Amino acid sequence: MKSIWTVAHRELSSFFDSLLAYIMIVAFLGFSGFFTWLRGSDIFFVNQASLQTFFGIAYWTLFFFIPALTMRMIAEERKTGTIEMLLTKPLSEWQIVTGKFLATLLLIVIALSLTLPYYITVAQLGDIDHGAVWLGYLGLILMSASYISVGIFTSSLTNNQIVAFLLALLIGIFFHIIFGIMAGSLSGTLANVFYFLSMSTHYESISRGVLDSKDIIYFCSIILLGLIGSQVVLANRK
Amino acid sequence: MDIQIENLTKSYGVQKAVDSLSFEVKTGEILGFLGPNGAGKSTTMKIITCYLAGDTGDVKVGGNSVSYNPEKVKKHIGYLPENNPLYLEMPVIDYLRFVAKLQGVKPQDEKERILEMINTCGLKGEQHKKIRELSKGYKQRVGLAGALIHDPDVLILDEPTTGLDPNQIIEIRELIKKIGKEKTVILSSHILAEVEATCDRIMIINKGKIVADGTSEQLRKQAQGNELLRVRIEGGSRNDVFKALQEQSTISFVDFVSEEATLFEVQSKPEVYSAKAIFDLCVSNGWYITEMTPIETKLEDVFREVTAN
Repeated sequence: MKSIWTVAHRELSSFFDSLLAYIMIVAFLGFSGFFTWLRGSDIFFVNQASLQTFFGIAYWTLFFFIPALTMRMIAEERKTGTIEMLLTKPLSEWQIVTGKFLATLLLIVIALSLTLPYYITVAQLGDIDHGAVWLGYLGLILMSASYISVGIFTSSLTNNQIVAFLLALLIGIFFHIIFGIMAGSLSGTLANVFYFLSMSTHYESISRGVLDSKDIIYFCSIILLGLIGSQVVLANRK
Repeated sequence: MDIQIENLTKSYGVQKAVDSLSFEVKTGEILGFLGPNGAGKSTTMKIITCYLAGDTGDVKVGGNSVSYNPEKVKKHIGYLPENNPLYLEMPVIDYLRFVAKLQGVKPQDEKERILEMINTCGLKGEQHKKIRELSKGYKQRVGLAGALIHDPDVLILDEPTTGLDPNQIIEIRELIKKIGKEKTVILSSHILAEVEATCDRIMIINKGKIVADGTSEQLRKQAQGNELLRVRIEGGSRNDVFKALQEQSTISFVDFVSEEATLFEVQSKPEVYSAKAIFDLCVSNGWYITEMTPIETKLEDVFREVTAN
């Protein structure tokens, strides 16, 4: 556990040292703030004290930002050879992978916590469903964790960061919309399978304020699959 | 802590990088690992440090197998990989702290160990700089400091002195020698003189197999075989001297070195030495010797001989 934290700590400080963290936070707050408060069917348009608009936007902004954060995780270490330095320390592949996962997740949590003023503001404007807001945040964190895990996996496959980024987006887009579309255009069990596989199904159900064990199982399986996949790829070097 | 390598084989596709290699390194020994490019030096080192795994055979470090107990093995090893990969964006001191934590240095000793490493590796002035800003020699020192930070029992150094200036090379050599007294060290190098100066034992491998193993004197003797002398004899005609030398019972072979009339290369028969015979010959003929040098086989020659295809 201590080693996982050591790895995570280094990753997190490298996010902040390289300014990547600040750029990501500013861009995330800028995008989601703009679309939540200023443009189109914004939060006032709904005529309801709810953060649904924000959650809908964050669902997309995070989808694009996360692969950009995870793409260098393992690919860069492979390219510069530091992965050899890391793997010859008393540290398992699993600890390396989870350390990197935790660091990115922490960054996302930091970015999300900076949107808490939105929550406070809207709560002043009217009766807000507090449960739904907290579950909405939980949904965003779980979704982010899933994509982080996928992103780390694609980063472990290659030593080219761009390839890792595009691959993560490609896998992500299936979960994000394609499975949902397929569920809509098919019928029968197949539709149900795709419906279950679609990220939006579970995300929406959580952000509407319903916490179902099915959703938790869904997110946790993606996270675990991605992490185990990366671990296997790393261990395969031998 | 001893290292035992038993029957280790590792192939990349059809090519065998390491071919049933077996050897042992004892505590207090500094082993110099030599070989042409692609001989399997780095691969062997990577297997000892648990970065790669052999196809067959086993490596034991202090009795722990790299295949069954890698975590335990890694704790006792300090490893400086080839090309010295480092996190370039980190300041030196942060990097050392990171490595110390990973290597399980106790929190209360951490500060002291880092300070000690900064002093031994001469990094005092650069400790707050980012690694990217350092010259190659200083980067190498940072890598070495990282490898030594947990006071490992076994030290594996893959070409530790590349990129250093002569002063630094001597410093690093002294450091390795000092460390090597109580520890087990394996170091690889292309520079034969360096290996000769630093190591107690030299091992040359070629195509994954050991082709020579021993102290530098042993290796030289092995390759040298018969005594070889270069003599300059003056006072007589070239052909007379040549003939007289050839007739000596201890001499197997005489050769002119160059157009210069008086310089000869004399090879003795096995197990005998010809210096006295040559001297006596000159005395009886009234010639005189102006030069007599034994030609030593250099390590370079040994190396070339055993690794030639």
